[in-house]
Amino acid sequence: MVKDYVPLLILAVVAAGFALTNIGITLVVGPWRPTREKMDPYESGMTEIQPPRQRFPIKFYVIAMLFLLFDIEAISFFPWAVLLRPLHFSGFIEMFIFVVALLIGYLYIWKKGALDWE
Amino acid sequence: MIPLIVTTIPIHVTAADYGAVLPELVVAAGVLLMLILDVFVPRAQRLQVTTATSLLVILLSFAATLHLWTAGSASAFYGTMTSDRFAVFFDAIILLAAALAVLLSPSYIAVSEFDPGEFYALLLASAVGMMLMAGGTSFMLLFLALELLSLSLYILSGFERSRPRSQEAGFKYFLLSSFASSFLLYGMALVYGATGSTQLRVINFCLHGLGCASTVASSPLLFVGIGLMVVGFAFKVSIVPFHMWTPDVYEGAPTPVTAFMSVTTKAAVFAAFVRVFNFSLSGVESHWYGLIWALAIATMIVGNVLALTQTNMKRLLAYSGIAHAGYILVAMAANTPAGITAIAFYFLVYTFMNIGAFIIVSVLESQGETGDEISTYRGLWQRNPELAGATAVFMFSLAGFPPTAGFFAKYLAFSAAVQAGHTELAIVGVLTSLISIFYYLRVVVVMFMQPEGAEKQGGLIPAAAQWAIGATLAGTIGLGIIPTGFFNYATQSVDAMRAVFGLP
Repeated sequence: MVKDYVPLLILAVVAAGFALTNIGITLVVGPWRPTREKMDPYESGMTEIQPPRQRFPIKFYVIAMLFLLFDIEAISFFPWAVLLRPLHFSGFIEMFIFVVALLIGYLYIWKKGALDWE
Repeated sequence: MIPLIVTTIPIHVTAADYGAVLPELVVAAGVLLMLILDVFVPRAQRLQVTTATSLLVILLSFAATLHLWTAGSASAFYGTMTSDRFAVFFDAIILLAAALAVLLSPSYIAVSEFDPGEFYALLLASAVGMMLMAGGTSFMLLFLALELLSLSLYILSGFERSRPRSQEAGFKYFLLSSFASSFLLYGMALVYGATGSTQLRVINFCLHGLGCASTVASSPLLFVGIGLMVVGFAFKVSIVPFHMWTPDVYEGAPTPVTAFMSVTTKAAVFAAFVRVFNFSLSGVESHWYGLIWALAIATMIVGNVLALTQTNMKRLLAYSGIAHAGYILVAMAANTPAGITAIAFYFLVYTFMNIGAFIIVSVLESQGETGDEISTYRGLWQRNPELAGATAVFMFSLAGFPPTAGFFAKYLAFSAAVQAGHTELAIVGVLTSLISIFYYLRVVVVMFMQPEGAEKQGGLIPAAAQWAIGATLAGTIGLGIIPTGFFNYATQSVDAMRAVFGLP
């Protein structure tokens, strides 16, 4: 049983060793001449206009959170779909109630303005 | 490749199943209704409409509990839920507390500019969780119900976003309480591992040697599981040494929320605590009796001693709540029908006297900025005699003076312990009650004998709060003078639960 996992262990050791060796070689062999630009957080991107620690609108997070909520709710449909037959009509009614509850939640966030981007 | 297992056994959920959870269904529908009202009713009428609808929902649900009381015990949803009289008794207590909290809320919401619909939706959602917890007969449902009530209460505790104290309360409660939930869940998982079932009745049979090997009762899994479950339950009802969060959360949370949660969380969680330990795990009493015994003594001593030095009324009531959890644990440790009856009756009384005390805090809070400091009560007798009189009654009842209901509740709890042969618990209970008289009476002394604040103008008491004070006063005095009727209800509720578990 345990023997079967030995190749996995070897793979893990080799993978970790390869990564660590490469980092080690660059540290030892590679030249290091820091300049101001090189030390920027996004060296090859845009130049930094101002530090990012400031107030900014969090609408994106609201949308992301709502997506997560509804996504997780939608996952509940899968086991229901698999068990549709044995659950009979009562299962259908229960899922209907669930969807109504979800719909009310959707109406609520809509009217609350959580979906307005501007 | 794991084959996809599709069961072909039909699952029949009938109307009777829904009938057994009718009170919960009504309140759950109320939660959704609140969300709709919150966005569709114009702002000007929103507070009145949502308050009235919440009260109506609670009233309807209460009518459903009355129906279930006469309908008799029924097990629903394949043994996950019961509607025995014990569950219904606690449902009624929770609904009563919810109604009082709703009466208390409008003046608070108006000042703090909350969204009333959201507030009531969360309040009702936590009530649903509590009611499910009182009737849950499966670990799965018990845990889900606990999460529903806790999640709603986390948000309610931190509802006053502009006040750092409230934020602190919400966050502290969330972090510590979710940690405790994981203890409970782990304990439930281990007990499931030992006994092979999540259903309380099956576990009870198993531990009495029915359908299980006789070694199960002595398995270390079961032992550890029980210990972890005690930690989880003890945290939720603020039993020493898991009580640290209580004063901070009670002080920071909006006062109507504190009034509500201080009674109902304890009632619901204790209902489940009793159902799991005194009934489901009754076969292995020796595993948990020592724990409950030690926790009861520690809770009574620490709760009462720490209350002595409090200067803030809400913190004082928080420590008093810890002490009362200790008295209730004494009744639980007795592990007799009389003890369980005492717990049920205690919570009915506790609802009236504790929420009554919090209503007074809330009324005074709305009249000044430092309403929850005990110094605010100076000269209350001169400036507002009715309010001072009501406060005195609640304080006397919490301290356990006859003829208030608090005396009778405490008497039942301690006499159950004595009858069961645990005299030492009753002695500690009586001695710590003597300590408690000091801090309860200090509030009375400040009100009646320190007239420094007498010249201040006594503010108006909102009509809803007057009703709530009247109801809690009537309960506190009425249950003290003629307790028999409601005591009989408590006895019947315990008998019903014993019958469900097949006990003689």
